[in-house]
Amino acid sequence: MKRILVCAFTALLCAGSIAAQQRPTAFINARIIPIAGPPIEQGILLIQNGKIAAVGDARTVRLSSDVVTVDMAGKTIMPGLIDTHSHIGSPAGADGSGPIQPDVRILDSVNAEAVSFQRAQAGGITTVNVMPGSGYLNSGQTLYLKLRDNAIKIDDLLIYDKDGKYMGGIKFANGTNPIRSGGGAFPGTRAKSAALVRDQFIKAREYRDKVKAAGNDKTKLPPRDLAMETLVEVLEGKRVVHFHTHRHDDILTALRLQKEFGFRIVLQHVSEAWKVADEIAKAKAPASIIMIDAPGGKLETMEVDFKNGAALEKAGALTGFHTDDGITDSRWFLRSGGMAMRAGMSRDKVLYGFTMAGAIMLDMQDRIGSLEPGKDADFIVLSGDPLSVYTKVLQTWVEGKKVFDRTDPKDYLIAVGGKGATDENDLNADHLHCVDGDEGGNE
Amino acid sequence: MKRTISLRAISLLATVAFLMQAAFGQLAVKGDTVWTMTGEPITNGVVLIRDGKIERVGTAAQVQIPAGYRTVTAKVITPGLIDAHTVIGLNGYLNQPHDQMALDASGTFQPELRATDAYDPEERLVEWVRGYGVTTIHTGHQPSALSPGQTMIAKTWGKTVEDATLVPTAMVAVVLGQAANAGAGRSPGTRGKQAAMLRAELIKAQENLAKKEPPKDLRSEIMMRVAKGDVRLLVTAHKVQDIMTALRLAKEFNLKMVLDGASEAPLIVNEIKAAGIPVIVHATMARAGGDTASLSLETAAKLKAAGIPVALQSGYEGYVPKTRIILFEAAMAAANGLGVRDALATVTIDAAKILGLDTRIGSIAQGKDADIALYDGDPFEFATHCTGTIINGQLVSEIVR
Repeated sequence: MKRILVCAFTALLCAGSIAAQQRPTAFINARIIPIAGPPIEQGILLIQNGKIAAVGDARTVRLSSDVVTVDMAGKTIMPGLIDTHSHIGSPAGADGSGPIQPDVRILDSVNAEAVSFQRAQAGGITTVNVMPGSGYLNSGQTLYLKLRDNAIKIDDLLIYDKDGKYMGGIKFANGTNPIRSGGGAFPGTRAKSAALVRDQFIKAREYRDKVKAAGNDKTKLPPRDLAMETLVEVLEGKRVVHFHTHRHDDILTALRLQKEFGFRIVLQHVSEAWKVADEIAKAKAPASIIMIDAPGGKLETMEVDFKNGAALEKAGALTGFHTDDGITDSRWFLRSGGMAMRAGMSRDKVLYGFTMAGAIMLDMQDRIGSLEPGKDADFIVLSGDPLSVYTKVLQTWVEGKKVFDRTDPKDYLIAVGGKGATDENDLNADHLHCVDGDEGGNE
Repeated sequence: MKRTISLRAISLLATVAFLMQAAFGQLAVKGDTVWTMTGEPITNGVVLIRDGKIERVGTAAQVQIPAGYRTVTAKVITPGLIDAHTVIGLNGYLNQPHDQMALDASGTFQPELRATDAYDPEERLVEWVRGYGVTTIHTGHQPSALSPGQTMIAKTWGKTVEDATLVPTAMVAVVLGQAANAGAGRSPGTRGKQAAMLRAELIKAQENLAKKEPPKDLRSEIMMRVAKGDVRLLVTAHKVQDIMTALRLAKEFNLKMVLDGASEAPLIVNEIKAAGIPVIVHATMARAGGDTASLSLETAAKLKAAGIPVALQSGYEGYVPKTRIILFEAAMAAANGLGVRDALATVTIDAAKILGLDTRIGSIAQGKDADIALYDGDPFEFATHCTGTIINGQLVSEIVR
């Protein structure tokens, strides 16, 4: 009985704390990289109710008497990292029945309890675009997720837009991954790939026009078609196309389709971006890059290069980063920026790429991507310079809650690995072997 | 006319002689920091190279650079890096059937397959790792069958496999665990069967050794060399039960053995140490899953702390990156418990010791092969570049990478 009472009391306390204003928390004495402005030495980050209340230093940020202070001397604070392309949570989209399946939602497949989400938290990632594979011209709808803690169901990770709709994009791919030698419904050449996509967008236009023409007369509406409804969202710019593309000519094909149908695009991987950086910039297409330690692995990535970041920066294209986890490991996402910097990308653009560029690509520039008052309190605490191999992610915070703490033995195990760190049957590792299979490939 | 020709010939000869001297002659390498791996790093060090060998090492105050030596300068100098286990040269970067030669799928036990018959010294991945300071690789058949074949040790420079090779048959590769299962109803299909098959082969080899006229077929010959301890077994094993099987076999048959991968080795350091078996640890950033679920950034640090000889490897990748870079793998290990000095050792002198070549490579010391890597900062930092690679006294790479 006593225990029940205690539980009830605790529950009341919790409920109360959610309803009432939380006490503000100030992280003080840190080197703060707000992205929205120059780094602040001896900085203060003030958060309350899951949002950033203030960013500055002792001269500019006034702390009220009820504030909880956390000393972060010697540490660096920057916005949580945004991974624009990942396969954590074992997402499975389209199946082998056809090359274009916009009706398929990975919402219906992601395992919110997957340990891969915790690995991403350990890498400082706070927002992620989880995508289905690339073994299809279109493998379905993607999900933008916040890496909140203790998630059991996918709903616990969703992000809602101002209309109350959960956010996500759509995955397209070209090049060799969607091509299947067996024929059937799948393309056998690059030209056929483009033709099949073009065909669907033309159908989507017709579908959209029929819906428009029907007006309020429901009898004139075309039969409901989830694939067409989704592509209409794409045509109307409500759903961003994340286009997996590697070779220079494939990149230009993606841009050509974008121009023809006017959809909004984010180029993903762009292994040969260094060859067509000016064209990408001219098309105003954002590009998200990945850093792979050696060229090849398949023919269309023969000339992938660490210098893609530098080339895109020089051309003036908006450039972000992604893990493509399990192609690269979410736990050392920052390393990708280090390698881009090694090949000539500027430190500022690297850090911007991890944060604001990703936010823009996911339509969340008003909510995340920088440390500014009013934005979500998504940030990471680092032991040192973000682009040093010796630096560790010490803490990851999502919406004002600490979701990773390196001093917690369980979190430490996830961060460094070892017995019990991963599920032996983690699909994330298996995903690699599905490049040409029904599951669709990554990278 | 005749005179012109002879003059031309003389001038050509002179040019060739000059080029030869530049290529194989004298070189002085100056470094703000020189990691010799024989002691404390030298500040403001100079390394003199003559005829492919290291002539002298010391501080700039101690070592005068003689006239006629070409001088190369770098912020940091290390011995040429050694990748203690890879498959490059047998497997290529394109990942197409024609350039993947590290596994023959027709048999599960083929210790007679020689790596030298497959090694392509001009494979792009060899050039790729050379550009990051890698000068020696222990390469061979990939760990995807009970015995996929032999391994070899080569310099990452040389036009032919004969030019490049240091040790044609270094070890015989053996795999225990899921990766060794043949699949499709063939043997081995279980861990027990894997060990039984190996035992049968080793018993046969012991019996052959006792024969007055031992069989001369290739498999018997190489297995007899293994049974005699002339050639070491390189046993890829990750799970505790697989590592213990390896140790058991080593003891039963008195084998010379090197453990490979060994992600769960930190759980049984006493047993491994007692067996006196060195470990070539998995790539630090390798992907975890299945038998490798326990991979850790700290595996090498934990084994080193327990007093077990360790080297690092880039390993085998089925997809991307088609090779990992031992420099980057060591960097992650350095940042995760191993420290800079010990991490460097795992890819230089300690790797040389495990490969049995420490009298020739692995440190910057008088008389050793002049294999040196040049960097414009801390070799392990993301933003540092490898600015040059010297192999056998030749500056073979000057690409800033």
